[in-house]
Amino acid sequence: MKLAWTIMGFALLVALLAAGLRLNPREVPSPLIGKPAPPFELPLLAAPGKTFSQKEMAGKVWIMNVWASWCPPCLVEHPVITQLAKSGIAPVVGLNYKDTREDALPWLARNGNPFQLTVFDASGRIGIDYGVYGVPETYVIDRQGLIRYKHIGPVTAEVAEKKIAPLVRELNGGK
Amino acid sequence: MLVCFSLHAEEAALEKRARALEQELRCLVCQNQTLAESNAPLAIDLRNQVREQLAAGKSDEEVKSWLVARYGDFVLYRPPFKASTLLLWGGPFVFLLLGAFLLLRVTRKKRPAAELSDADRARAARLLE
Repeated sequence: MKLAWTIMGFALLVALLAAGLRLNPREVPSPLIGKPAPPFELPLLAAPGKTFSQKEMAGKVWIMNVWASWCPPCLVEHPVITQLAKSGIAPVVGLNYKDTREDALPWLARNGNPFQLTVFDASGRIGIDYGVYGVPETYVIDRQGLIRYKHIGPVTAEVAEKKIAPLVRELNGGK
Repeated sequence: MLVCFSLHAEEAALEKRARALEQELRCLVCQNQTLAESNAPLAIDLRNQVREQLAAGKSDEEVKSWLVARYGDFVLYRPPFKASTLLLWGGPFVFLLLGAFLLLRVTRKKRPAAELSDADRARAARLLE
């Protein structure tokens, strides 16, 4: 009897530690889910004279991808983002984060530009508003302008197919 | 001169407050470091934000909630006590109680063995005479 209790207690501790090991400490739950996308008005990467605001996407379900030319994982996820944009499921807007035009524009020319447009956040100030802490990060924003999903780190084909695409379809009314 | 001195004092006080606050905040990039310790670019940006906001007259609490709104409770090295952190704060006490309970059980069980019967007492008294 005593032995059974000891074994049970031990098994419980092991289960607790095992569960703890499976959690990814880098995935910080974002408090922004369900909240309005923070407002911004930023210059375009390709045209410094023009600006773009998240308001212009009102009424649309859209995807925002935070990237930088200095970020190797961004290069890794780039084909997936490209595929997602090509599928035409939703417009993908790029947010070029803490980068320079001299680096970012050739990066897009080299690797392909899947973005409807890219805004240029050189200081990273808008990134802070979006809770960006590890590029790349990807957001799904609904018609009301609410953030519905945030992915930290490179989007894998699995995440794109199983999470982002179904969510976008659902937000578009199951089309 | 006087204005100059008071400006310095004010700046020093602000710097002290910013430093203290940064010790309480986690760097999201290197998660085991505080904002004060980390040299990650984001930590530098966030330190600048903290200073800017304090200089603009915001309270420590206002700066903290500004950060929590963006990065969640995770930025606080001392997370608040609420439903989602109940296990975090309560866990150690649960284990303490469990330990105390087990300790009591183990020590209580041994006590009856140490009790003396009347016959034992009589024998002991005889031996001591």
